[in-house]
Amino acid sequence: MTTHTGRIGYRSSPGWRLGRRVAAGFLYPLGLPFLLLVIWGLASSSSTNRFFPGPVTIFEAFRETWVGPAFVDDVLPSLYRLALGIAASIVIGIAAGTLIGLFQWLRELLEPLLEFFRAIPPPVLIPVVMLLLGITDTMKVVVIVSGAVWPILLNTIDGVRATDSVMSETADSFQITWWERLRFLVLPAASPRIMTGVRQGLSVALILMVISEMFASSAGLGYRIAYFQRNYLIAEMWSGILLLGLVGVLLAATFGVVERRVLRWYHGIREVNRA
Amino acid sequence: MHVLSLRRPRSLRKVMLGVVGLTGFLVVWQLVPTLGLINSQYLPYVTDVFARLAEEFRDLAFWRRLGYTMTSWAIGLAVATAAAVVLGTIVGLVPFLRRATHTVVEFLRPIPSVALIPLAVLLFGIQMQAALLIIIYASFWQVFVQVIYGVADVDAVARDTARSFGLTRRERLSYLVLPTALPYLMTGVRLAAAVALILAITAEMVIGNPGLGRMIELSRSAGDAVGLYAFVVVTGLLGLLVNLVFRFIERRSLSWHQSVRGEEVL
Repeated sequence: MTTHTGRIGYRSSPGWRLGRRVAAGFLYPLGLPFLLLVIWGLASSSSTNRFFPGPVTIFEAFRETWVGPAFVDDVLPSLYRLALGIAASIVIGIAAGTLIGLFQWLRELLEPLLEFFRAIPPPVLIPVVMLLLGITDTMKVVVIVSGAVWPILLNTIDGVRATDSVMSETADSFQITWWERLRFLVLPAASPRIMTGVRQGLSVALILMVISEMFASSAGLGYRIAYFQRNYLIAEMWSGILLLGLVGVLLAATFGVVERRVLRWYHGIREVNRA
Repeated sequence: MHVLSLRRPRSLRKVMLGVVGLTGFLVVWQLVPTLGLINSQYLPYVTDVFARLAEEFRDLAFWRRLGYTMTSWAIGLAVATAAAVVLGTIVGLVPFLRRATHTVVEFLRPIPSVALIPLAVLLFGIQMQAALLIIIYASFWQVFVQVIYGVADVDAVARDTARSFGLTRRERLSYLVLPTALPYLMTGVRLAAAVALILAITAEMVIGNPGLGRMIELSRSAGDAVGLYAFVVVTGLLGLLVNLVFRFIERRSLSWHQSVRGEEVL
């Protein structure tokens, strides 16, 4: 009898706790967003300000605007250019950064120039690239690269320069080849900094994708949103902002997954050091 | 003493190489249109651009436009920093709020601020408030996230010590939380200053409120390549200045902190 009740008590209490934990797991991440949506909905239904439509209207506009041919015509080309620009920035940034980081004289030669180029607000390069290349798809990709490459480049230089001296001396005494040195010492040692640079580069790339399309385009996400605004299609404009937000969140989430994979060893070392 | 004399030729070499690099870049820039690799209509001569710069620097209208840009930059940065410090401290200190706001922050933060440009135009037209909305939105997150990290980073031993010594809430804030969060805050403000400048100029380019960004757009649409390049150089110098000033402030205000002291010893 006692064992029986004991077992029931034993089983019900973690179940109860699990239920509470699941509830908290949902409530914490979803509670506030839900609350905010409700408040927005109530506020927009009682106010007459037509610049702030309710969430239901925006979601409907979202479905009508972006699900269908607009996705293929406007969204996919934008995302394609964004991906191309990011890939090119990463390749160029890491290659040039490793080269500059490895040779001190090169670094000192280029440092003032790089400082200056990094300080130029990336969007002002749009008119310059437009002047040089005309209004083409290449121009938009070049614009993205011309802004996103700097954080990657400079962080790679710093990372390569800060390679642990004991490790590089060990590598010297083991006489590993030039390629092995790059592959197994320099790049892994620099990878935490490189990933920091890539994260900064991603947000610059997204901004430049939007502005280059707002500025000089007849298609694409940025163009669409500006078009909706000029024609007072308020709900559609909000749905575009929502879509850009989703792209941003997706980009950040993808980066998080990649970073965890690439830097698994690094986070592991830090955990061990902390413990 | 001998350390200094050892170091001097090194830094001299560094300066010399830097100057060589800069000169080399300018010479190449001058040569490209001279040799006809790119038509000077699209890439003007360096000498022309610098002549134009000198001309602009003597023009009062230029300084007024610079003033417009820097005013919206300063207001935006100040408002964003103040809001982020207050909200960040509250959210960072209360675990419940930190968990509850996490999703909202993670969704709002990656939204590119330029996506809000159409909304800003609808609400404020081409006034400065439209630019401010975008500047504040973008720079707020930079500071906010850093403040949250900083406030949460308080050393557990120090916190328990403060508690057992019976420090009041006010004392805990000023002796425990503030010194811990200050390096994070300064990093956030430095990043926010750069972001705010980028968006101040971007807003002027896209929205068309008066300032340097508008001049860039006007030069482009007028086909004035020399002016365009001159203004781009100005924005670069401005960005450089903002970076240097904020790095200097950061070092000065954190001169007591390990990260800065460590650098100076080496």
